[in-house]
This record gives sequence, C-alpha cells and structure tokens, in this order.
Amino acid sequence: MDLVNSSLTDISNAVKDQKISAEEVASFFFKRMKDLNQSLNAVVFEDENFLSAARVIDSKISKGEELGPLAGVPFGIKDMLCVRNLPATAGSKILQGFVPPYDSTAVAKLKNAGAVILGKLNQDEFAMGSSNETSIQGAVQNPWNNKYVPGGSSGGSAAAQASRMMAATLGTDTGGSIRQPASFCGVVGVKPTYGRVSRYGVIAYASSLDQVGPMTSTVEDAALTLEVISGFDAKDSTSSQRAVPEWTRALSKDLKGIRVGLLKECMRSSLHKDVEKSVENSIDELKKMGAEIVEVSLPLIEYAVPVYYLIAACEASSNLARYDGVKYGYRSDFKNLSSVDLETFYSQTRGEGFGAEVKRRIMMGTHALSSGYYDSYYLKAGKVRRLFVNQYKDAFKQCDVILSPVTAAPAFKLGERIADPLQMYLNDIFTTSTNLAGLPGMSVPFSLSTDGLPIGIQITANHFDEQRMLNVAWALESVAPAKGKRPHVF
Amino acid sequence: MSSNDFEAVIGIEIHVQLNTKSKIFSSDSTTFDSGDNENTSPVSVGMPGTLPVLNKKAVEFAVKTGLALGCNVSQKSVFARKNYFYPDLPKGYQISQHDKPICEGGSVSFVVDGVKKTVSITRAHMEEDAGKSLHHGDCTLINYNRAGIPLLEVVSGPDMHSPAEAAQYCRTVRQIVRYLEVCDGNMEEGSLRCDCNVSVKRKNESTLGTKVEIKNVNSFRFVEKAIEYEIERQIEVLERGESIIQETRLWDPDKNRTFTMRVKEDAQDYRYFPEPDLLPVTITQESIDKIRQHLPELPANRRERFKSDFGLSDHDADLLTSEREIADYFEETASACKNAKAAANWIMSELLRELNQGSKQIQESSLKPSDLGALIRLIDEGTISGKIAKTVFQEMWVTGKSPQEIVKEKGLVQITDPQVIEALVEQVLNENSQQVAAHKSGAKKNLFGYFVGAVMKASKGQANPDLVNKIIQEKLKS
Repeated sequence: MDLVNSSLTDISNAVKDQKISAEEVASFFFKRMKDLNQSLNAVVFEDENFLSAARVIDSKISKGEELGPLAGVPFGIKDMLCVRNLPATAGSKILQGFVPPYDSTAVAKLKNAGAVILGKLNQDEFAMGSSNETSIQGAVQNPWNNKYVPGGSSGGSAAAQASRMMAATLGTDTGGSIRQPASFCGVVGVKPTYGRVSRYGVIAYASSLDQVGPMTSTVEDAALTLEVISGFDAKDSTSSQRAVPEWTRALSKDLKGIRVGLLKECMRSSLHKDVEKSVENSIDELKKMGAEIVEVSLPLIEYAVPVYYLIAACEASSNLARYDGVKYGYRSDFKNLSSVDLETFYSQTRGEGFGAEVKRRIMMGTHALSSGYYDSYYLKAGKVRRLFVNQYKDAFKQCDVILSPVTAAPAFKLGERIADPLQMYLNDIFTTSTNLAGLPGMSVPFSLSTDGLPIGIQITANHFDEQRMLNVAWALESVAPAKGKRPHVF
Repeated sequence: MSSNDFEAVIGIEIHVQLNTKSKIFSSDSTTFDSGDNENTSPVSVGMPGTLPVLNKKAVEFAVKTGLALGCNVSQKSVFARKNYFYPDLPKGYQISQHDKPICEGGSVSFVVDGVKKTVSITRAHMEEDAGKSLHHGDCTLINYNRAGIPLLEVVSGPDMHSPAEAAQYCRTVRQIVRYLEVCDGNMEEGSLRCDCNVSVKRKNESTLGTKVEIKNVNSFRFVEKAIEYEIERQIEVLERGESIIQETRLWDPDKNRTFTMRVKEDAQDYRYFPEPDLLPVTITQESIDKIRQHLPELPANRRERFKSDFGLSDHDADLLTSEREIADYFEETASACKNAKAAANWIMSELLRELNQGSKQIQESSLKPSDLGALIRLIDEGTISGKIAKTVFQEMWVTGKSPQEIVKEKGLVQITDPQVIEALVEQVLNENSQQVAAHKSGAKKNLFGYFVGAVMKASKGQANPDLVNKIIQEKLKS
C-alpha cells in the first residue's frame, strides 16, 4: 500500500479490512518520521508506546469490534496540546519535564476514533511566533527548502505534514498559526469557528482566540479530522453546543450560486508578485467553476495586527502566570532554597524559563492591563474587535466566503526576521482578523512561487459555516497548479 | 482633645464559604478534613490547558444569600481575573468578579444595645479561594485542598461606628447564611472570615480618614477587640499630630494588638480583565423569583413572629432564633405542649445547659422536641410536679425515653388524692409533736416550711405541693 499518498479514509479502511495492520502502518510512519526528522526537527517527543496503541486497534479489529473513522491512522500533535503521559512543553523551557496526566479533548477524540499518536510536534514557544524559530527545541526546516522557515507557530505540524512523517497532524491557531505555516509548507490547514473544538487540555496562549485545527495533505482529510475533533465539551465552557455536520459526506465541488468575496484591501496592499498571481489565478478558476465573484471590503483590516497583539498579549500575560516554578515544570537551580526570597524565586525561574519573544509579550500584556492603561488599550481593543465582527457580518451579506492571500509573501529565510519583531508581526495581517471575529478560516495549497515555495489561498467563512469554506477549498484544490507537487524530501 | 472628639468609620468584608459539595470551577470535593492535597485535580492546581467550569450550585447559593441580604441579583454578571503572584494561588490569578458582581445594593438590620441599626451591603461577588501555605521552619509547603472552594464576598458600606456594631453585623450575616444553609459559619475552619476596614475622623470633619484593613479575623470577639484596638491606635497617632498610613494589618490574639502585614506602597495592581474561559453568568428573572419563593423564614422575621405569636420577650426571642435549629426545636416543642412560655423556659434553661455541657448542637439532642412537649403537658395536666419533671428530664436526656414511659416505670405520678395526703400530713405532725407545739405557741416561727418539706419527703416528692400546703394549714389551725 502506498501509505504516503493514501487518504486517511483509505488507510482506515485498509486497516479495518485487515489489508494492512495498524501496527504496520504505525511502524512505517514512525520510521519515516525518525529518518526525516534528523534534518527537519519537526518532532520534539516521540511516543515510544505507539506500537501498543496500534496493537490495541488490531486486536479490536480481530475481535470484530466497531471502530471509528480514523482506525489505525497515525497522527502527530502540536506540543501545545496535552497528550496523556507524553511531555507537553509548548516549546518552552519553563515546562521542561512536565508530563500531563490527561489528554486534551481533541486528542481524546482522535484516540476514540482509532488514531495512533506518534509524537509531539515542534512549535514557536507558547505559539508566539510566525517562523518556528522561538522554540526551545530549535528551529524547524521547511521541507521544500531547508534554508526557509516552515512558518509558525505550528511549524512542526506543517513540516511534518508536508514531508508526510505521519498521516495527519493537529495544530493550533491564535492569529494564523495553522494557516500561515500550512501556506508556507503546502498543506491544508483549518482554523475552525471559535468554539467548534474544545480547548480543554490545549496550553493557553490567548484564550479568546485559540482554536485547534487539522493540518493535512488534502481538504478531504482535513474535513474528516475536523469532524472527529469538533463538538461540545462540558470541560470547556466556551465550546459550542451546535451539532457537528458531516462535512466529509457533504463535500461538493459544485460552486454554482456560491458567492466568493475578494477582499479589496488585500489586493491594494503590497503583495509579492507570485502571491498576487496566485490569488488572481484562483479567482479565475473559481469563476470557471461557476462561482460568482464579488468585491468585499474590511476597511478596518489595517488595525487587525495591533488589536490582535494587544488582546493576545494581555491574555497571555495572565495565562502564563501559572508557570512559576512552584508546582511543575522548570525551576531555577537554587542551591539553597531557604535563603531565596519569593520574588527572586519567581524572577529567576521565569527569567530563565521564558524566551525573549514570550517575555516581550508578557511585558506588553502586563503593561496594557495595568491600571491607567486598561481603558485605552485592552478595553479599546475589545471595542475594535466588535467592529470587526460587525464588518464581517456586513461582508457576509454580500458573499458566502471571502478569499484572500494567507500572507503577503511566501516563506522567508531562517534568521531573516527573527531580530525584527514588527516585520514578523506584519506576517499576520491577513490571518489575525479571522481569530478576532471568531470565524472559520483555512489555507489550501494552490501554487508554487518562482523559487519553488508553496503559496496557499485563504478561505474565510461565516460562523459555523465550515461546509462552504471546505467546499470552495476542495474545488480549488482540484484545479491547483501545485496539485501533485511534492517537497524535495519525497 | 479627647477620644470623644473622634468618630470611627467601619466597613466589613465577609468571605462566606459556600458549602457546595464540589469546588466552584472543578469537580473536586470540598470536604474539610481530607488529607493534604487530596481534594485536587489538574483543574484546581492550574495545570496547563485545564479550564474552569462554573458550579451551578454555587451560583444558586450566591443568589439565595444576595436575596436574603436584600440585594438586587444581576441577571448578567461577569467573572474576572485578579492577577497576582503567590505560591498558594495555582494559576497566578484568582477568578473573581470585578465590575459586574452577582449581587448589589442590599442591607442588614440588627439591634445593638437596644438600638436598631441598619448596615448597607454594597455588593456580594463570587470567587474562588486560594490554597494554604504552611510554613515549617525554613521551608513552605502548600495544601491546595482549599484552592477553588467557592466564596461569596459580602461587602458592607462604611456604616458602622463602634466595635460592638461591627461584631453584631458579622453575627447577623453569619446567622443569615446559616439559616439559608449555604454556609456552616464555622470560623475556626475558615468557613467565614472577616476583613475589617477601620478609619477614624474628627467628628466635625466630613471627609473620611485614611483606612486600615485588618485581614482574616476569625472570631466575632476578635473582630470587636481588633477594631477597638485599632480605633484607639489611630486616635493616638492622630493626637500625636501624625497621620495614618494606609496599610493592611493582622490581629494578634495573644498580644491583643494589630500589626502591619503590608503597606499600601506594596499594594498590587491586580490588572483585572474579564475571564475569557468563562461565559458571563446569566440568570433569568424567573429562576431568581423561584429561589426567592423558596427562601426560608429569615431570623429577623422569625424573631418578630416569636414575639407576637408566643408573647416572648426580646431576650427570649433573640436566644431562641439565634440558630435556625433552636428555633425549629422551640416551635415543635411549643406546638406539642401548647405552652410556648414553658417550652421557651425548658429549652433555654435545662436543654441548652445540657447541650453546652456535652458540647452538642441542638440537632444532635437525643431528647426529641415532641417528648419535651409531652413532659410539659404532664406538668400542665398535673400528672407530675415541676420538681419531679426535672428528674424526668434528666432521665430523658440520658436514656432518650419518652416522659410517659419514665413516669410509668418509676411510679412518679403525682399524688393528688386529698385523703392520701391528709394521712401523710397527720403522720408527719404526729411524729413532730414538739415542733407542732412550738409553732402553735408562736415560740418558733417559720416551721411551716419544715412541715411541708417533711410531707414531700414522706411522699417521695410525689405529693401535689398545693394540696400539701392547704392540708397542713388546715391541720395546724385545728
């Protein structure tokens, strides 16, 4: 069986039909993962118990037990998500040695559906970064060109998926952390509607923005994975009670009557010529397939990055306060604890445990929340956020989905922007507004740049309308010039 | 200038521990005497990725309390994060309520030194408790069992002016939450903790003085003593021409004084912001009304009813309504014997004394109110004398038997047959002929009581005392 090129459903069916065992599938990918990871550095913790998990699937099959849609399908999980008995560090030294005794709900749902976890994937520290260069476990290489970043913060998931170390992966997206690396690495990445997927067990960066989503090789795989991990969770008060539709079964390339909104503001901004061309081509293809193209406007989009960085930093400054060296994770090596005062204990532990970018955001957030600044920063950012929601509401009166670039340019080189945080932040111009409005958005691979780097197209839909977003992406995928193109590691 | 020229201004924050079975944001148990860190889970120790889920019972208890304190209950209230670092605070922030608390604007009335006093309630908000740091020499251990226990912080207006008023306010709030059965009010276990805000100002001045907070006072007596000390201290400082430092102080019960915990300069900026992990708390007017309908009769109302329905004095009504269980016991006893005054007296004198001696609560009493009522009925019907009744009561207290049973078993029925008593009187007078002579001649006075005592003794206390008196008088006259 050509496992590397098989869909999740094909793998699962083959395992269920006993054409191949879950053990064989898992062993194949585990070996591939180990081999490829030596250069890519996408995997930070391997699950040495993957075989026993696979054997459980096989034994259930031999007993004739009913199995879920991901039976025997190997997954990689971003380190941001807790997987029981595997380390969870969120790419940070401060969580060194922490092993959660619980599964995040998304991972528990994967396991319930029969998935086999192979390992934890690299990421920017606490998901703060757009290049996967802020991880304590080191930078990840882009499988298409090892001089380039894979994007971030889910850079490990994107690189692992692009090189097909496993059948599918999970990432998290707070301001574009799934969609941007998906675009840079040529994989499908979905950020669902806020509330679709439980955040329980997902290490918090910015609680009101964080969402878990699939990063896969195809739209169909993404739809299936999303279907498995979505749904109300009593452990997450912000998860939605809405029923989860059968997206995979309802996938359709029929775009007749679908109104695709082209974001006016993005075409005005200075796009890389390859990205511009890619957007234009995608519009032409959609027209050919019967979609109606309308121009829509989000005049406030230029404020998305500052508003996002305020809200995210404020929430992060509080979310990361629990990492204090008292209960778990890293504690500074105090020779004689009894002679250390509390403030030194904290500042030394946190000073050593957090990286520069995380500290920068904790400081920004702490400042913006402090008395005298709260109204002009956090409160005002919240008001602008509501305006974003309203602008999208208006836009979705004119169209069903919005099409835009994911980023203004393809992947940049390792080390190119790490010293310039502002340049790095501007990467997120087209992705952050989706999170601020709580909308579903995804990146679907479309073309390759003249340098041979992947370029994705972003499709955003109205709240809980993942179906139309997936349909448009599925249609685009079928006509994408990059279809069938593989990075050099294949 | 004397201390009479000053006026104290006191406001109190009471942390009421709501006695739900599980914590406010997790399913951990709230049992008090569990082993160290036994009542914890990844959620309550703030492990990465865990999320709070609001306990609905805690909200119901908060609404109940708010209504009983006369507050407006908000249909929408918001949890906020109060950010500060301390090892016993697992997440680095406490989930509390800030600008949108669940209850606002109530009041509580009570009587101090015979004068009715009303104190306003500014607000009452829900929050989670922190863990407990245990300092052992040069190391500190933390027990997170308490982390996440639901609290309702009840904040009064700065309406009190004396230590006695403050203590009585605290007692009244405790009595109310105990009536509601939302808090056991156990101050030793920390189920109720008082923070006292005290300032003094010269009487002729209108602006308030600088306020000092005395934190975590754990008994009403200490509330009174700490405030008393603090008022005197502040007046002394002002009289020296110095000014009060805004600070947080603690009460040292051994040294009978307050001392500095931290001064305002160190005070934290808590950087409150709405808790993004929880939705706003919404309660429909319908469910608020439903909770209101099911509120029990509150102590103040019950006290008035006891006075008007049973003719009890202020003192007796106070005592008998001090605890809901005592009031219930009284009402059951009174209805069983149809003699409220006697029921009140028996409970206040005999029963409460026995309970105190055995350090028991009234609900633990082996003596049932219906039996106490039956005992009173036996007296009122003349079956036993009041004196015998005390013996029967003792027996009931020890054995838990009914009074009828005891009276029957021990043959304690009162002798009311005049012929039997007459025979006893004659026997006693015959045996004491010298005294009879002395009485009649007037040589000795006050022998009458002696004869009565001797007759009662001869009857083993069972003779009806009224008849004994009457018959002796008749016999001595002849």
